[in-house]
Amino acid sequence: MRRRQTLRPQANPGAPIVDLRRLPAARPLLFGTLAAVALAGCAPAPKGGGVNDPYEAQNRAVHRFNVDLDKTLLKPSANAYGSAVPAPLRQGVSNVASNLSEPSYFVNDLLQGNLAAGVQNLFRFVLNTTAGVGGLFDPSTAIGLAPRPNDFGRTLHVWGARQGAYLEVPILGPSTERDLTGTIVDFAINPLRFALNGNERKAALLAEAGAKLETRFRFSSTIDSILYGSADSYAQERLLYLQNRDYALGIKSKTNQEFLDPYEDPYGN
Amino acid sequence: MAIEPTRRSVIAGLMAGATTLALAGPVAALTTAEARDLVDTVVNDINRVINSGGSLDQMVGQFEHIFDKYADVDIIAQSSLGIAFRRATPAQRRAYIAAFRGYIARKYGKRFREFIGGKIEVTGARQIKSGIYEVSSLAKLRGEAPFDLKWLVSDKAGRNLFFNMIIDGVNMLATERQEIGAMLDRNGGNIDKLIAELKHSG
Repeated sequence: MRRRQTLRPQANPGAPIVDLRRLPAARPLLFGTLAAVALAGCAPAPKGGGVNDPYEAQNRAVHRFNVDLDKTLLKPSANAYGSAVPAPLRQGVSNVASNLSEPSYFVNDLLQGNLAAGVQNLFRFVLNTTAGVGGLFDPSTAIGLAPRPNDFGRTLHVWGARQGAYLEVPILGPSTERDLTGTIVDFAINPLRFALNGNERKAALLAEAGAKLETRFRFSSTIDSILYGSADSYAQERLLYLQNRDYALGIKSKTNQEFLDPYEDPYGN
Repeated sequence: MAIEPTRRSVIAGLMAGATTLALAGPVAALTTAEARDLVDTVVNDINRVINSGGSLDQMVGQFEHIFDKYADVDIIAQSSLGIAFRRATPAQRRAYIAAFRGYIARKYGKRFREFIGGKIEVTGARQIKSGIYEVSSLAKLRGEAPFDLKWLVSDKAGRNLFFNMIIDGVNMLATERQEIGAMLDRNGGNIDKLIAELKHSG
């Protein structure tokens, strides 16, 4: 869903991969994308250990757009999907979407020189596609081979790129200059773009949309509490994203150091 | 042959006695094993609640109880308010901590409720500095990749309590410092208004 709405595959190979001008909310995204491509890892470091968010005013405008979109479209659709489709089928759809991400994980595993993860993800893809009936089931996890998600934002990190500025992107949500660049590159180099025919690609997009709705439905209470229950949902979402992303990339958290011993100075740090 | 188990049990009995004495002593410091035991107890209680099949209200009530029993809510509340706690009057401090107690239990109780049908397992413990221990656990949810849940435990409040959780890299104290700060800002820096809002938040 998110790819269909944001990044369009082009029939003409010479054309740009992404035609952002067609989108209603294209201007901030276009700006963000250009900034990301031009500045990935080049934005100045934040002052005083704070968040690197030089585009905060613009990001907040995008955040309001995203919250509106959730309220009017995503959340009601997710609730409808969750109550209309039985749970095992929803899980199957999410499994298919997840299985279709494996080739992209594999490419990034190789780009990062992580052969072990590459072999594991390739094996998962083959097993789940065959024994798992096109990815509907996940026998790989059942035999102890957990998914190892990967993305080009992580590849950029492994290659030494810095995080860059925080960005909130229309529809996609929280990101950074490094991670948005990664999202765009992942779209461009996804092996499935070349392997699937038209109808298969439509089915893949539907599965992705279903997986997105399932996540929104399943974690409804948490997502609602962040988007609608927070005193400042923009700042809260930014903090959650950056901390979780650093953790996933194995970047040592300064925040955890600061909150290591509140007994010493409960108010400060 | 026959004497062996007897000698073992005598030695074991003596050691158990020694341990009891050590724990009862005034300088009984928290150990890695005790920190792990505390989190084991917390996690067992949480697992019982998320698999009890109770209603949302019942579960939130049970999570409140778990927080009251095993978390150092005083220090979590103080750290979350940050520097503004210094200018609060003693009465405001008491009212704030009481309101925060309900808020934090409701909020994180609802989060744990999404673990229904899942399981948390303690995987390890280590001392990270004097008096501060980190206990690692793994949350296994249905149909999801497992994620890390770390607990920070201390006895600096006089008994063994956890004072922070790091959920898949997200630090609870940092999150609440930001959230409570934003709530205070929204109330024009007025601590009484913040307390009133906290009472029906989470």
